[in-house]
Amino acid sequence: MSSSLSLPARRPAPGVFVALAVTLAVGWLVVAVDGGQLFNQPTMVSLLHVAAGLGLVAVGQTLVILGGSLDLSVAYVISLSSLVAAEAMNGRDGALLPAVGLPLAVSAAIGLLNGVLVTKLRINAFIATVGVGLLLKGYLDHGYDGPAGETSPGLVRSLGYQRVGPVPLSFVLLLAVTAGAWLALTRTRFGHHLIAVGGDPEVARLSGVRSDRVLLTAHVLGALCAGLTGIYLASRLGSGAPRVGTEGLYDLESIAAVVLGGTALAGGRGGVVGTVGGVLLLASIDAIFNQLDVDAFFKQVIRGLIIIGAVAVYARRGPRRVAS
Amino acid sequence: MPILPILSVLLVLIAVRQPDFMTPSSLMSFLGRSAPIVLLAAGQYFVIVSGEFDLSVGSLVTAQVVVAARLIDSDPSRTWPVVLLMLAFGSVVGLVNGLITTRLRVPSFITTLGMFLILVGAVYLWSDGAPKGGLSAEFRQFGRRAFEDTPLLGRVPYALLVLLAAAVLAVLLMRSDFGRTLVAVGDNPRTAELNGVRVGRAKTIAFVLSGVAAAVAAIVLGGYSGVSFQAGAGLEFGAITAVVLGGVALGGGRGLVAGAMLGALTLETLFALMNFYGVSGALRPTVQGAIILAAVAVSSMRSSSR
Repeated sequence: MSSSLSLPARRPAPGVFVALAVTLAVGWLVVAVDGGQLFNQPTMVSLLHVAAGLGLVAVGQTLVILGGSLDLSVAYVISLSSLVAAEAMNGRDGALLPAVGLPLAVSAAIGLLNGVLVTKLRINAFIATVGVGLLLKGYLDHGYDGPAGETSPGLVRSLGYQRVGPVPLSFVLLLAVTAGAWLALTRTRFGHHLIAVGGDPEVARLSGVRSDRVLLTAHVLGALCAGLTGIYLASRLGSGAPRVGTEGLYDLESIAAVVLGGTALAGGRGGVVGTVGGVLLLASIDAIFNQLDVDAFFKQVIRGLIIIGAVAVYARRGPRRVAS
Repeated sequence: MPILPILSVLLVLIAVRQPDFMTPSSLMSFLGRSAPIVLLAAGQYFVIVSGEFDLSVGSLVTAQVVVAARLIDSDPSRTWPVVLLMLAFGSVVGLVNGLITTRLRVPSFITTLGMFLILVGAVYLWSDGAPKGGLSAEFRQFGRRAFEDTPLLGRVPYALLVLLAAAVLAVLLMRSDFGRTLVAVGDNPRTAELNGVRVGRAKTIAFVLSGVAAAVAAIVLGGYSGVSFQAGAGLEFGAITAVVLGGVALGGGRGLVAGAMLGALTLETLFALMNFYGVSGALRPTVQGAIILAAVAVSSMRSSSR
């Protein structure tokens, strides 16, 4: 259906950064009129913390969506990864590497499962990843009633709370992961193949791209990123939490951030830089409303409106297509 | 329909464990209990077969139930006006979903996700965090009451009659010109458009139908299980899963509305089965997920090896 023949990955990051700048400017003004200060250190730090958690999973989600797939299991992967990490660490600083490696391995295995279901068994990605999410939900509900394990104090101090100037270490991690994903998308064969598969799987296959393997890799990378979010959240909370992923709506919010960032939900067009813009936009709205002491529910209503509104603006300015 | 063997196997498994389940009156009340999700699956079917998604139905059900309770405030005389209002509310939400998706060209996944956030936020906001008021007995009859002691069938819940009426309407609608148009739109919007079909309008009507189905489901569900903010939680995924189980292709253009409704019934049968076999509540999602994946994998393997 999509007839875009432009060079997708090379497009400059879309209007999301304009939207971000406008949001921050308007937010600064409104908060100032209200007698507050948006650009003070605590607010900015907490904004970047929120962005780091959502950003890690959203960058992974971008890869999956670019390939024309979708991952709705990430919220459960996040919860599971936080628990596996915290239980493996068990409050000790020793053996940090295996304790970080284990949740990442578990996440990668789940991503592999998603990928196999989508590519080999040809299950629609929506159903496949909702199904895998249900499998994990059962495991989490059955095994855990509340927070469990204890994150290593060293990791809490570093990844959880350490800052480089005003920038949290976790946000630096997000930037590093984003840079890695950007390089992979624009400079490697995997990236070009992924975008080709997302644009038109059949054409990609006929051009000699091994679509299945590419998409499988994207799913594994996507789940790894969700696993990173889980480890980060465990290092913020000091323990693993069985519902931290679902309560944060990380599945839907990550997809919203990707789409806000200008990546086409149908795949084949977009990139990770825009996604980080989308994440920052969502986190800024959050920060502004917190400053204004806006009711949490009202916040959600506005969030919904902004997501729809922003995507509507892109759709108007994007390449014309049949209403589909 | 590949869903029928699965449904039969599940029913046999139940019959083995719990022969009582197969008596007419217990089957009738099972069907009555399943009415909300079957209604939602039928509504979701229209949207999915036209090539879109409706993720807002669960939150719409919650919003409807909470709003109804506050407006009725246990006053029986307000029952019918509120029922009409709910149907209108459902249509308007569907209309807005449809117009935003087709006119503003926002992917329906995002439109209805935004609507989900808006509805959940708005309903909490409007009721200050706790449901207020109450439903009247007249309202609750659709979900609770039944014709007692009918010959042969025993107890026939009102909800079952609502469901049957909706099912007949849905099947008739899909056999009409509109139904064929909707499938054509989902199959290939471009071709449909070139053939003079008003694609946007057909899709918008599908969204309205889904909204109305959610309203009817809310009326039945509110009656059956009462008022809570969790009334509709997760129902959108349940409905979409049911539709896919019923052999309807996500992306549109293929599948039958009867299949979608049977898919929902299969899902409910699966829950009943887990109940009878004592699967712990917490493990249920795992079993559900595994069975859904297996069922969809088998049917997609079959269809790809045509």
